[in-house]
Amino acid sequence: MGITEKIAGEKITLAHGSGGIQMHNLIRSLFQKRFRNEWLDQMSDSAVIGNPAGDGDALCFTTDSYVVAPLFFPGGDIGKLAVCGTVNDLAVEGATPLFLSCGFIVEEGCEILVLEKVADSMADAARTAGVKIVTGDFKVVEKGKADAIFINTSGIGRRSRSRGFGREHIRAGDKVLINGFIGEHGAAVMAARGNFDLQSDIKSDCAPLNGIISDMLAVSEGIRFMRDPTRGGIATTLNEIAEGANFGITLDEAALPLRDDVKAACEILGFDPLYLANEGKVITIVSAEDSACVLEAMRSHTLGRESRIIGEVTASHAGRVVLKTLLGAHRIIDMLSGEQLPRIC
Amino acid sequence: MCLAVPMKIVELKDMEAIVELGGVRRSVSLTLLTEDTLQVGDYVIVHAGFAIQKLDDDDARERLILLKEMLELA
Amino acid sequence: MKYLDEYRDPALAHRILDKIAEACGERSELAAIMEVCGTHTMSIARAGLRSLLGENLRLLSGPGCPVCVTPNDYLDRAIAIARQRDAIIATFGDMMKVPGSSSSLYQERGNGARIEMVYSPLDALKIAEQNPLNKVIFLGVGFETTAPTVAATLAKARADGVKNFFVLCGHKIVPPALFALVNDPELKLDGFLCPGHVSAIIGSRPYEFIARDYGLPCVIAGFEPLDILQGIWMILRQIIEKRGASVEIQYSRAVAAEGNPKAAAFMEKVFEPVDSIWRGLGKIPASGLAIKEEFGDWDAARVIQADVGETREPAGCICGMILRGVRLPMDCPLFRKTCTPENPVGACMVSSEGTCAAYYKYGNG
Repeated sequence: MGITEKIAGEKITLAHGSGGIQMHNLIRSLFQKRFRNEWLDQMSDSAVIGNPAGDGDALCFTTDSYVVAPLFFPGGDIGKLAVCGTVNDLAVEGATPLFLSCGFIVEEGCEILVLEKVADSMADAARTAGVKIVTGDFKVVEKGKADAIFINTSGIGRRSRSRGFGREHIRAGDKVLINGFIGEHGAAVMAARGNFDLQSDIKSDCAPLNGIISDMLAVSEGIRFMRDPTRGGIATTLNEIAEGANFGITLDEAALPLRDDVKAACEILGFDPLYLANEGKVITIVSAEDSACVLEAMRSHTLGRESRIIGEVTASHAGRVVLKTLLGAHRIIDMLSGEQLPRIC
Repeated sequence: MCLAVPMKIVELKDMEAIVELGGVRRSVSLTLLTEDTLQVGDYVIVHAGFAIQKLDDDDARERLILLKEMLELA
Repeated sequence: MKYLDEYRDPALAHRILDKIAEACGERSELAAIMEVCGTHTMSIARAGLRSLLGENLRLLSGPGCPVCVTPNDYLDRAIAIARQRDAIIATFGDMMKVPGSSSSLYQERGNGARIEMVYSPLDALKIAEQNPLNKVIFLGVGFETTAPTVAATLAKARADGVKNFFVLCGHKIVPPALFALVNDPELKLDGFLCPGHVSAIIGSRPYEFIARDYGLPCVIAGFEPLDILQGIWMILRQIIEKRGASVEIQYSRAVAAEGNPKAAAFMEKVFEPVDSIWRGLGKIPASGLAIKEEFGDWDAARVIQADVGETREPAGCICGMILRGVRLPMDCPLFRKTCTPENPVGACMVSSEGTCAAYYKYGNG
């Protein structure tokens, strides 16, 4: 039974948007199948589209839409997210982000004051990231048709042609690095939703990563692959990297950087931090020889003080991600399925 | 059916307490406990917004010591 | 973090594992220990304890997941009520994706039903107070850890005069299920790992009949790896030292022999035991809770008329046998093929602590 037959007759559910396996399958079977081309088939965060202008560098192009609720959360808002998210999708391809577009779909009745705050955030974030918002669009829909504000940002960046990342460069023995604490954004948004009544200082880690990534690229030619672990958490992103490959990834639970308060929120609500979204983190796969100097470059940057080596690429369990638990046992880590829901059991 | 966490009482009010774990706080009901035995600094097991039992600090400490002894000697 | 980290110490865990291996080495047969708490199933799977225990003993998962043992007709009724215009369903997240005969609460939400996920039944009561024109129905599922919290909430609803709050009561209690298990001829067990937080409420006495009449050791264990491993070790020592089976409390920092009498009293004030159907175990006498008549005005089953369609159980699903511990998920023809976490057929897969979900997610543990 093919994937498309499976989804025929079904409706879109929230699971399709949560970054996990249902979204994965939907994108492949509904969109990729129809839009096929050499760039889209890479399924990268940004497409490296060559350079119609003809000079040495390659152009990278990406897009993303932001539908977060609530609009404002500790550490950020939908505007900051919209700029940083797209900047990061370019940065993880090794591109210098240059220009963004932004399209707004706003619900009738949305307060203009709210829109102003969002725009302020976007301007700030763009300044910090060193990008320009050069074009945009604005639409209003009737009350009930959108959740206050939806934003789409598309971004263009440039990358030297010689710089190439790709899963095909990944080798057994490579190290898996992350620049800091996991699950902060997911936990912050969850706490901000209010219905669980948790008070904490948890803040979203939303930040533009082009600065730290450029520092990393400056010290090493051995960076194989980078991706930002957004929806679905690091578990989902690592699965995307390992899926169908001739290598597997082993993650070390003892090495995972996890803040006490995010850990506590997860213990209380029954969440797994491996599946919570991150908006200021990059997963980097780097050669073993270069892992120490890349780690040092990361730690020297404000966004990388808590950087760690959290795992490695292995020849065994090809295609799968395995966690070495605190007790030294091994268990398989799957992609997120549906949304994570709080539980009492 | 047993997802419950040990949290520290940081504030006591009438029939309610503010409890804390790892810097995260929540208000919980003390309806299921005899509150005059509770003090700020005590730990309680929290389930579904209620404190369901007070943790016995002395017992926990003693048992852990005993366990370590059994594992080294036995 | 206190009371968590010290019970996750790898060095101590490995010492206990060595002791367990030694103890198992003294027996000629493989010991079979059953845990009857879904949270134990999850903790064991998460820490990878089964693989660390290796071939030394058989650790079985019993019917300890209240979501898994809730039969379809409860879900079907909840869904029928959810479809009513003025109804707001308030529920723990655990119930959202459980498949009923033809739908789930998750799907109903997609179809426009008002369904709110809550962390506490008190939050559901608040929703009722904030929405006086709606009727708010809280789905009361869970064992004795949760039932007192729901009882206390119902008492508060009555005391505060909140008339638009209801509970659809699906609570079940553990000891009668254990009675059914020890009397199951297909099940050969050497001991029970008893649920730590249920026992914090009911104490250790309700398990005494298992040791006294059936000669099976029972150890009430906490949920961290050291707790579970120590609990298993304590069961094995009872067997090897041949001192006669007894009920021991490993989780003594949270469990007193008399439990929590105040919480138990709340349960008795609001609920009464009734016969109840457990998925896979069938009808077990006096194993469920129903809302007493004096709280009848808050009883959704009594007050709210619902058009419940025909209840169907899924074909091929062997959740029942898995819940009784006589089959493993790998024995089910649907496991990993038609029954996956994205497309769950039976409750063992959809519940986050269901045996099949745990095996699927974490491998064989």
